[in-house]
Amino acid sequence: MEIPKELRYSEEHEWAAVDDNIATIGITDYAQEQLGDVVYIELPETGTPVTKGDKFGVVESVKAVSDIYSPLTGTVVTVNTGLPNTPETINEEPYGDGWMIRVEMSDPEELNDLMTAAEYKKFIEEAEEE
Amino acid sequence: MPKRTALYDIHRALGARMIEFGGWEMPVQYRGILAEHQTVRTKAGLFDLSHMGEIEVSGPRALEVCQELLVTDVARIHLGQAQYSVLCYPDGGIVDDIIVYHLAEQHYFLCVNASNIEKDFAWLADHNHGRATLLNRSDEYALIAVQGPVASALVQRLTTLDLGRLRRYWSVSGEIAGVPALVARTGYTGEDGFELFVSAQQVAEVWNACLDAGRAGEVAPIGLGARDTLRLEAGYLLYGNDIDAQTTPLEAGLQRLVKFDKGEFVSRDALLQQHTAGITKQLIGLIMDAPGIPRHGYELYADGQHIGVVTSGTQAPSLGVGIAMGYVPSRYAKEGTQLTVNIRERHVPAHVVARPFYRRS
Repeated sequence: MEIPKELRYSEEHEWAAVDDNIATIGITDYAQEQLGDVVYIELPETGTPVTKGDKFGVVESVKAVSDIYSPLTGTVVTVNTGLPNTPETINEEPYGDGWMIRVEMSDPEELNDLMTAAEYKKFIEEAEEE
Repeated sequence: MPKRTALYDIHRALGARMIEFGGWEMPVQYRGILAEHQTVRTKAGLFDLSHMGEIEVSGPRALEVCQELLVTDVARIHLGQAQYSVLCYPDGGIVDDIIVYHLAEQHYFLCVNASNIEKDFAWLADHNHGRATLLNRSDEYALIAVQGPVASALVQRLTTLDLGRLRRYWSVSGEIAGVPALVARTGYTGEDGFELFVSAQQVAEVWNACLDAGRAGEVAPIGLGARDTLRLEAGYLLYGNDIDAQTTPLEAGLQRLVKFDKGEFVSRDALLQQHTAGITKQLIGLIMDAPGIPRHGYELYADGQHIGVVTSGTQAPSLGVGIAMGYVPSRYAKEGTQLTVNIRERHVPAHVVARPFYRRS
């Protein structure tokens, strides 16, 4: 179970990698494992506003449809447009080529609401115990 | 508390993710649905189907009872042969789809869906009127399927039975890995393969022998997730999704099963009436013309109107496109008819195709 130390994590199992005021967003290794084989991904267009906690896309595995929630508020500036053609990349490289969107943050303070790697690890462990 | 098959511990040891299905705790996947689907299409997959039901109908009037309750002509099943059939209610709705095996004189063996075992047995018992001996042997039997292009070579290593002489929809009794088994050349995947009926006590031996008999990478355990994508590609129906008490075999595309000329049977009048009047709704296959996955419950549209619903749908792993089955009014059932599937309020184009979606080469 990979949980890179430099990233921040949401309770919906998304990760954010921050570079200045741009956050790259995807779903975690735990999320892709829970989903199973990803066969379809729906992403927003550049310029789309996203709000923390709101759905920005849909990921589908063979058996299930899952909404993807934005951990941050801002505007989509880049989209991984190759991803819908190779949805399995989300399973293979959730933190690498499986990245989904890049967002220009309107409120970087929101980063403080996200979990560190250590906190996310604990969060998953507690979820597994239920 | 869901029931467990005799192979439960083995599934857990193999790393299966378990789900609850029809009152049973079953493996949905081991390595992943796409990999497992691919294994069955290219090599051999092993399925635990022990949750399914086995009901025996025997005695001098066994054929009579079967003829009355199944829509097919059971008298045409040779000794050793099997037949896909349905049991219908008087109004033509389907009780269950089954496979009936003619194992011996006066002895028929019905393999029924796991979710319908009690219902089917009660249906048979209620109509038996003391004529045949009915036995629900579901708990005694376990069932393993070996399916895929390599299945025949694999199972042949475990038996002296000449599998080359066993044709599709025929069965033979013998031993697999030294364990007594009814070996049927039947399956639900669209590939060649066998369904092995053995005692629940001995199923682990047979399962392990099948896994061990495979050369490197030749065989792998397969979960219910891939079972569903395989059967859907092959155009097979799933009771509860594609057929149920509200659908008749004529509507479901099973008209070839209904033998009006064989004599009286439950539902004959209702089905004959429907056959004469013409069916108003029909089960169709459809393929997506743009990215998007059709799923059970999604609405079908044509001419700007909501005309039907998807009963089963998925992204087909062997085809790389979304496929589905659903009911539409007969005028939209012709091959090539353009429809749309409402996927999260977006109308994604699709068209009607004949089933199966996939044929083995």
